[in-house]
Amino acid sequence: MGITEIFLNYYQYFLRGTQTTVIVSLITVLLGTVLGCLIALLRLSKFRLCSGFAKLYITVIRGTPLLVQLYIVYYQLHFIPWPEGSILGVELARVMPCILALSMNSTAYVAEVIRSGIQAVDFGQTEAALSCGMTRTQAMVNIILPQAVKNILPALGNEFVTMIKETSIIQYLGVGDLMYNNGIVITATYNPLPCYYISAIIYLTLNIVLGKGLDLFERRMKCSDR
Amino acid sequence: MTADNVLFEIKGLKKNFGDLEVLKGIHTTIRKGEVVVVIGPSGSGKSTFIRCLNLLETPTEGQIIFEGSCITDKGYAVHKHREKVGMVFQQFNLFNNLTILENVTISLKKVKKVPAPAAEEKARALLRRVGLEDKADAYPAQLSGGQKQRIAIVRAMAMEPDVMLFDEPTSALDPEMVGEVLSVIQDLAKEGVTMVVVTHEMGFAKKVGTRILFMDGGVIAEEGTPQQIFEDPQNERTKDFLSKVIHVI
Repeated sequence: MGITEIFLNYYQYFLRGTQTTVIVSLITVLLGTVLGCLIALLRLSKFRLCSGFAKLYITVIRGTPLLVQLYIVYYQLHFIPWPEGSILGVELARVMPCILALSMNSTAYVAEVIRSGIQAVDFGQTEAALSCGMTRTQAMVNIILPQAVKNILPALGNEFVTMIKETSIIQYLGVGDLMYNNGIVITATYNPLPCYYISAIIYLTLNIVLGKGLDLFERRMKCSDR
Repeated sequence: MTADNVLFEIKGLKKNFGDLEVLKGIHTTIRKGEVVVVIGPSGSGKSTFIRCLNLLETPTEGQIIFEGSCITDKGYAVHKHREKVGMVFQQFNLFNNLTILENVTISLKKVKKVPAPAAEEKARALLRRVGLEDKADAYPAQLSGGQKQRIAIVRAMAMEPDVMLFDEPTSALDPEMVGEVLSVIQDLAKEGVTMVVVTHEMGFAKKVGTRILFMDGGVIAEEGTPQQIFEDPQNERTKDFLSKVIHVI
């Protein structure tokens, strides 16, 4: 069977897998960004306890493989009564620890990206905001973060792309993502190479679409650059 | 002492940066309606002094009493104090992510909780006064230095502060733009806005100042009216400094 034939015969598998991959990636990227913001702010905090915790978190997460983190989160949190049932054919009890582990991982990287973005904003901006009577939080939210986000958009985009690809790891916990379904098709056809090509094309397409979206966003943010 | 018109009372103000003692004990009183111009050689502590007045620098020692409350007390709501003190910086520091109109309205909306339409109306009126109403929708990156600094002044004035602080407002400007900024400051002075100005523009100091503070080595070495300071300085260091900077006049 050639690549077209395999795709035509088994496209439902690839489609279902892609669906799961996209949903898991989206949630991970969102959670990772929000939590990453939080860890970045803790990292920049003047309270030693906060910045120390953030530093430790980043060191541990960056220093261990994602696959190991995935298994640790899965087995360590086994006592949590994850909701029963499944959404789009994916068992919640399996996918939720995966999303948690992926988000925790992404958080560490996003935090460092955001920290660099915040530190790149001229300190005069903070001083001006404070001088207007804003609190530190108001200055951060209204003045510093919007400028930081603009600075880090390319790096953040990089992280998002990486995350989409890294979700392929959740097949090891039996979550029906693209790679998992890819495996099913291989077993059914005994023809791995075309299957991997199809999966590669799907991942590439997802990331090209994401890249275009980020480009658009970046261009919109550039309007303050004259 | 008549406490009524006293705005700032500064007692024994000291500021260290690490081992470096920048302010070595400043004593002075600033009254409502005064235009206090701070001059002196670089490194004399002028900027640090003015930045202490809105607590961008936390004094190491001493007290600053503003309108009867000691703002250097621990736990004093610093942002409440800053609402009443406008600040204009050497580097303008307009918010780069906001349009000119938003630059002026943001603190009204976020800090004073003024509704958006009222804030915008006020901002436009102020922009009109400095002749920059047509720049309302532009971004700071699109303006010249002189325009940016006029906006920065408008941004501070929008909060209706009790005092305006100017930290070398013309030092980062091209020479041909100095005039437009100084004339805006001068107009404010004429209206009776209380201000403290750190500047190297001696002509401006002489013309607009009601009192001159000459700082050197972290203390106020001499103070007096512009006439006293510029025409009959008593301190050797004042004489030396003026002889170096007024060679053009």
